Amino acid sequence: MSKISVTDLNFYYGKAQALYNISIEIPEREVVAFIGPSGCGKSTFLRTLNRMNDTIPLTRAEGKVLIDGEDIYRPNTDVVKLRRRVGMVFQKSNPFPKSIFENVAYGIRINRIHSDKADLNGRVEKALRDAALWEEVKDRLQSSAFGLSGGQQQRLCIARALAVQPEVVLMDEPASALDPSATQKIEELVVQLKQQYTIVIVTHNMQQAARVSDRTAFFMLGKLIEYNPTQKMFTNPDEQLTEDYITGRFG
Amino acid sequence: MNTAARSKFLSGDTFFRLALASCASLILLIVIGMVVVMTNNSWLSIKEFGIGFLYGTTWDPIKGQFGALPFIYGTIVSALLAVLIATPLSIAVAIFFVEQAPKSIARPMAFLVELLAAIPSVVYGLWAIFVLAPFLREYVYPPLQTYLGWLPFFSGSATGLGMLTGGIILAIMITPIITAVVRDVLEAVPMTQREAALALGATDWEKTRIVLANASSGIAGAVILGLGRAIGETMAITMVIGNRPQISASLFEPGYTIASVIANEFTEATGELYISALVEMCLILFVVTFVVNAFAKLLILSVGNKNTAAG
Amino acid sequence: MDSRRIVNSIATITTAVAAFAVVGVLVIILSYISYQGVSSLSWQFLVETPKPVGEGGGIGNAIVGSLIMLGLASLLGVPIGVAVGTYLSEMGDGWFGTTVRFVADTLIGVPSIVFGVFIYALVVLQQGYFSTLAGSLALALIMIPIITRTTEEMTKLVPKTMREGALALGAPQWRVTLDIVLPAALSGIATGVMLAVARVLGETAPLLFTAFGSRFYNIYLDEPMASLTVQIYNYAISPFDEWHDKAWAATMVLVGMILLINITMRYVTRKRY
Repeated sequence: MSKISVTDLNFYYGKAQALYNISIEIPEREVVAFIGPSGCGKSTFLRTLNRMNDTIPLTRAEGKVLIDGEDIYRPNTDVVKLRRRVGMVFQKSNPFPKSIFENVAYGIRINRIHSDKADLNGRVEKALRDAALWEEVKDRLQSSAFGLSGGQQQRLCIARALAVQPEVVLMDEPASALDPSATQKIEELVVQLKQQYTIVIVTHNMQQAARVSDRTAFFMLGKLIEYNPTQKMFTNPDEQLTEDYITGRFG
Repeated sequence: MNTAARSKFLSGDTFFRLALASCASLILLIVIGMVVVMTNNSWLSIKEFGIGFLYGTTWDPIKGQFGALPFIYGTIVSALLAVLIATPLSIAVAIFFVEQAPKSIARPMAFLVELLAAIPSVVYGLWAIFVLAPFLREYVYPPLQTYLGWLPFFSGSATGLGMLTGGIILAIMITPIITAVVRDVLEAVPMTQREAALALGATDWEKTRIVLANASSGIAGAVILGLGRAIGETMAITMVIGNRPQISASLFEPGYTIASVIANEFTEATGELYISALVEMCLILFVVTFVVNAFAKLLILSVGNKNTAAG
Repeated sequence: MDSRRIVNSIATITTAVAAFAVVGVLVIILSYISYQGVSSLSWQFLVETPKPVGEGGGIGNAIVGSLIMLGLASLLGVPIGVAVGTYLSEMGDGWFGTTVRFVADTLIGVPSIVFGVFIYALVVLQQGYFSTLAGSLALALIMIPIITRTTEEMTKLVPKTMREGALALGAPQWRVTLDIVLPAALSGIATGVMLAVARVLGETAPLLFTAFGSRFYNIYLDEPMASLTVQIYNYAISPFDEWHDKAWAATMVLVGMILLINITMRYVTRKRY
């Protein structure tokens, strides 16, 4: 069974429809990349997977989004619990105005995952190690997160997301604001993380999608045009539109 | 959708929302409470004088005759005088800050003008009694009498304490308020409007006129906001307007405003009807300033909406 | 072409003159207060209670009274104002929020004397005496809408992405607000609170028939209470030159406190940006 299974999802901002009949299966412990021109709905779709769009007034979703077979748009879904299972990393790094340690500890604390202080420390360290940041920050855990570089901040946000032990990690163009070397670190991290997590990553960078993902979905104007293994997508796509996009004929 | 039902009966979020929403409803309760309590406490006067309270000209606590017209007149005239003086001044100052002065000069000066708004009313009153009024009596009113004395507004003798002095001190007090709002309104005009004008070869002043045209309803809102403040201003004007309930064409003559009569007579008022009449005055003041402010707010909001719609 | 240049120059000069004139008024007022006030200022003046003409006396009880009423008003007004402002910024998009926002903004422009009369009718008339409590209540009512507005403005400056970051970790909205949003907006809110305090410190009209005034040191909530502003007013409208001097000296103290708050807050916020 797929980790995430979406059937006929339509999404609206007020009266404007942003997504049309999206159906997609996302397998466990794989990296799935969403690509497409800006405004195509790839970020909107990503944000329906942890119901982050709920925070925008007048939005509406129709259709089914199943995670482990459970419909997350069922009326009595606990959104808070859902978001703990489905973590998210944002386009621009968004550390809290707290210390490095407290940023990572925040999710652990509010979800009461830890048993005692030592356990908390251990979990923070593990999350920072998993995000490949531990060595760089272990000596200044109590200093402000705002003192980190852009790439470090983004890895801190990844550590923060990992610390609550999610099953799925959603990444919304996580490297778009970073320089090439920081981008490379994030990409290596994504590939490693799929051992433990199911990862959905939105990117406008096709090479990045090709490098990190197992499967790629191509969106245009709110529709899912093609969804295939990445290898096939970039060598022999089924759809003419996909080929035009990948070869740079538009967008 | 936005309020997903939680499994628990009263979740933390529901409780949090309820708590904050009840605080918010307190704001509405205050306004309703003010109307109810003041109506209740002025009922005696409302019953006794009816609508005639608004156009009665006699204010005689001893005979129990209470008419508000001299106070309404004094309030309107002093506030209009203030707006008449403060409006061109404030717009000019705001234009200087936003359109003309370099930021390094405009910022500190704008802050000083804001400080002017921080000075308490009673301090303006003190300064007006001992500095402004004598100055006007010695140096400003005599030439006005000499050259414009044929106008009814400038007839009669000027003691320095009267309607005009009241209007001038109000003008000084509302100038920083109008200036601040006009500044915000001008800054909200999109930069592209200025660039478009300059690209056509407009001078600085011609560019500014384009900006002003964009901001006109917001400026109107700022002026009305200032009018609202002038209507309700109490201490400073009480100290210089002369406090005589009369309707006189001459601006040198003493007058009286609604806020002033409340400040002066409330603690000394004896008899239920007297107090009731003063509370009715306060109710009028409340309703008028509330409506004037609401109107100003709507005008200022309309500018913001227009600009966001365009951008 | 030339006439356009001339008009342009005249306009520039006019606006500059207007701006310098308005700043000039501030300079004149402040320097006159210092000039008049400094001669009567002394330690005794700052600690003594008012005395009959010719016997000296000061504003000690008035300073204490102002501070006590300010403290009580803040105790009530700050939490409510911050709560309403938080409500408006975090969940105030519906009709209810819009209404509350509009009414709060409109209340800011309502004359302060109206709040005094309201509290007089609500509290003083019921209890039968003027009191510290009544004065503090009137001041709190004036503070609430001001703090509401600045809190809303300051919390709205906290980036949306920061809220989403916390929500994405499974934080419920109340924790996002209390743990992330309010701490991030704290210094801005504190500035707004201090400016509201400065504004209320200068209020006279709402105290005239609530706290009324007193010639003694007082710490009781159910007795009339002196305040700097009412004391200045009483000194100013008296017929005695000696008391006029005292009015100027008291004004110097009051304006000094208010300007100090304003300038400090300005300095603190400037450093942030």
